[in-house]
Amino acid sequence: MRELTIHTDSISATDATHEGPPVTAPAGSRHMILNMGPQHPSTHGVLRVVLELDGETILKAVPDIGFLHTGIEKECEAKTWQQVVTLTDRVDYLSNLSNNLVYALAVEKLIGDIEIPAKAQWMRVMLAELQRLNSHLVWLGTHALDIGAMTVFFYCFREREDILRIFEMFSGQRMMTSYIRIGGLALEPPRGWQQVVGKFINAFPSKVDEYENLLNSNPIWKIRTQGVGYVPLEDLLDLGVTGPMIRAAGQKWDVRKDEPYSSYDQFDFEIPVYKENDVFSRYRVRLEEMRQSARIIKQAVEGMPEGAWQADAPKIVLPEREKMKTQMEALIYHFKIVTEGFRVPAGEAYQTIESPRGEIGYYVVSNGTSKPHRVFMRTPSFGNLQALPALLEGRLLADSIASLGSMDFVLGDVDR
Amino acid sequence: MLPDILKDHPAASALDAALPGVIVNGHAERHEPTLWVDPAGIVDVCRFLKEQQQFVRLSGITGVDWLPADPRFEVVYFLHSLTRNLRLRLKCWIHESQPEIDSVTGVWRTANWYEREVFDLFGIRFRNHPDLTRILMPSDWEGHPLRKDYPVHGHKYTYQNE
Repeated sequence: MRELTIHTDSISATDATHEGPPVTAPAGSRHMILNMGPQHPSTHGVLRVVLELDGETILKAVPDIGFLHTGIEKECEAKTWQQVVTLTDRVDYLSNLSNNLVYALAVEKLIGDIEIPAKAQWMRVMLAELQRLNSHLVWLGTHALDIGAMTVFFYCFREREDILRIFEMFSGQRMMTSYIRIGGLALEPPRGWQQVVGKFINAFPSKVDEYENLLNSNPIWKIRTQGVGYVPLEDLLDLGVTGPMIRAAGQKWDVRKDEPYSSYDQFDFEIPVYKENDVFSRYRVRLEEMRQSARIIKQAVEGMPEGAWQADAPKIVLPEREKMKTQMEALIYHFKIVTEGFRVPAGEAYQTIESPRGEIGYYVVSNGTSKPHRVFMRTPSFGNLQALPALLEGRLLADSIASLGSMDFVLGDVDR
Repeated sequence: MLPDILKDHPAASALDAALPGVIVNGHAERHEPTLWVDPAGIVDVCRFLKEQQQFVRLSGITGVDWLPADPRFEVVYFLHSLTRNLRLRLKCWIHESQPEIDSVTGVWRTANWYEREVFDLFGIRFRNHPDLTRILMPSDWEGHPLRKDYPVHGHKYTYQNE
C-alpha cells in the first residue's frame, strides 16, 4: 500500500494562478484586451491567446501555451524503449500512427543492424497515409464548422468513422493504436484487410469531390478564406513553419519526397503546391493531399508484398506465442524483453517524417541501457504555432478564427 | 578541430575555413553530420550558416543533461537547408556552474520558443533573449523538470513504501 503525502506548507495561493501576458490595457489607453481561450471552441484545445484590440483590429496577439503539458518527454526516460511507443500516441492525438512511425524509425536507426521487411514498411506507409486522411478530415470538418459551413463536418466525420474502424480492425484501438513498433508491427494484419481498405479507398476520391463541391460553391466560405491570413514565405520559414502551410505559400518541400523513409520512394504521388498563401490555398493543399494519399493507399493495397511483418531480430521483437511454448531460446528472449527490455547501442539519431501537420522530428539519445536517455520531440504544431502573431496582428478580429483554423495545430502536440 | 570524416562535408568545411578554431569536434555517425562548436561563437556560426550556407530553417533546439559529467549540459541545434536538402546538427557543451549561452533569436525568430523551452525544462539561460520566461510550466514552478536530478513525479510529492 503506498501513501501519498502532500507537503502543504509549500503550496501557496500563487500556485493556482497561471501567470502569463497582461489581462488589462494600460491606463488611459483606448485599447481593449480580449482574452481568447483557454476554453474557446475555435482554439481546438486549450490555447489561450491574449489579443490587444483597437476597435476591430488586432494590434498584438500573444499566445500562451502549456495548459496541456503532460511531461511526456520526461516520462520517456523512465520507460523502456518499446514502452515509449504508447506515449508517442498521446503526443498528437490526431496522428497517432505518424508519431509511432517516427519514433520506431528513430530507434531503428539507432539500433542500426535491424532490417524491416518490405511488408511492414508498406503497411507503415499505408497506415500513415490513412492517418493523414483521418487528420485532414477532422481539420476540414472543424475548420468549416468554425467558419459557418456546418454540413461538411458531418460528411467528414462519416469517412473518419470508416478510417477509425480500419484502425480498430488492425490494432484493436480506434485512436491510441500503438500499432507501429520498433522492429515492425504490433500484430499480424487482420484477415480480409485488403477488402475493407480497398472498398474504402475506391469510394474515397468521390467523397473528396463532394466536400469540394460543398465548399467551393459556397460564397461565404470563399469570402471568408480567400486573401485571408497572408504571411510572406520568408517569414513562415524563419518562424519555423512546416507542412501544408508552406506548401500553400509556394515552397515545394515534403519529407516524403526529399528525404524518403520507409518505402515512400517506391510510390507514385505528387506534392501539391499553391502560391496564393491564404487560408483558401491551405484548404486546397490539404484537399489535394487527401487525393494523393488515396492514390498511395490504393497502390499499397494492390502491391502489398508478401512475407514477414516483423524484423528477424529475436532480441528486440517478441517471439511467436507458439515458439515461446515449445522453444527454450524463444522463452528466454521473451522473458528478457518483457522484464528488462532490450539495450540500444549508445549514440544519437534524429529522424524526421512528414506528418499531416508538417515535419515531426524525434531526436533520441541512448546511453547504452534499456531506457532512453533523452527523447526530444520536434513537433510540427509547436513550430507552426509560433507564427500565430504574424497571422493575426494588424488584421481584423473576425478573420482570426479562419487564420487560426488554417494552421491546423493540435494542442497536445504543442505542449507535449 | 574538424574531424577527417567531415572534411568533405560542404557546409562543415566552409564553416571551418570562415571561422577557424570554432569547431571543437564532430562526427558523422548514422550519416548525421554533427559538430560541437565553441559556445562563445554560436551566434557567429549560426549567422554564417544561415546567410552563407543557405541553412534558412532551424528545425529546433533542445538540451541533454549528462549528469554527473562535466560539462553537464549539451544544447543541440537542428539546422536544415531546403535548397541543398542538407541537415546539420550543432552542439555546445554548457557548464553547470554557469548555465548560459548566447541566444540565436537574432538569426532565426523560431529560436524564441525553443530557447524558452530549454530554459524552462533545463534551466539554461540564453543571453539577449527578448523574453526568457517559462513556456510550458506555470510561471511560479520550482525546478527544471528535464534535469536528471529532478524526480519523475516532481518535488512536491513523496511516495512511501514503494
